[in-house]
Amino acid sequence: MIYALSTCVWCKKAKSLFEAKGIAYDYIFVDLQEGEDKNMTMEEVAKWNPGCTFPTIVINGKCIVGFKEEEILENLK
Amino acid sequence: MEQGKIDSLYEKIEKQAAASGYYINPDIQFAKDLAEGLLVNEERYGYMLCPCRLTSGERMKDLNIICPCDYRDADITEFGACYCALYVSGKISRGEETAKPIPERRNLEDKGRLPVWRCKVCGYLCARENPPEICPICKVSGDRFEKFL
Repeated sequence: MIYALSTCVWCKKAKSLFEAKGIAYDYIFVDLQEGEDKNMTMEEVAKWNPGCTFPTIVINGKCIVGFKEEEILENLK
Repeated sequence: MEQGKIDSLYEKIEKQAAASGYYINPDIQFAKDLAEGLLVNEERYGYMLCPCRLTSGERMKDLNIICPCDYRDADITEFGACYCALYVSGKISRGEETAKPIPERRNLEDKGRLPVWRCKVCGYLCARENPPEICPICKVSGDRFEKFL
């Protein structure tokens, strides 16, 4: 799961990396959500990443904060 | 978003940066994507919120993350780029290093009053953690600054 912002270029890079590797993924653009949906998503993000920054990437129960390419690739193996 | 609008904001930012001692990310597509994010945010919120940060919903609470954000200078000094990497160091702008994602400085403890630095060449004063890379006024390198206060 990628928690992302639609305007964030690092989030875009993260999505592109998954696509380039041909790995299916879910994502949410939190900035496009409103009201209760947004609050619920932010509660989820805060559980993984209390700093609530983007992208917050969760791969098999492990959270990676930011577009840390090598760490992402390692966890996709 | 119209490409012409994105291009003209990019050019404006680039010109202002060059005139005031800053550098823009040399990856033009990356920088233009950020310019587009700024325009989208301006349309949505009425101000150019950092494209890589989530709005609080209130301008007053977002003031420190309106581009250029309050953390740009310290982040360029420490990490070579601001949080979204629109602004970078000279080394990164020349391709000697590459911009990487950096930690969010915003929620860290406030360090209190900033020191004041003085350009020994032209007398320019600025309050920030460390001197700028180059003086925005006379363009000498940051090592010509002295701690003034």
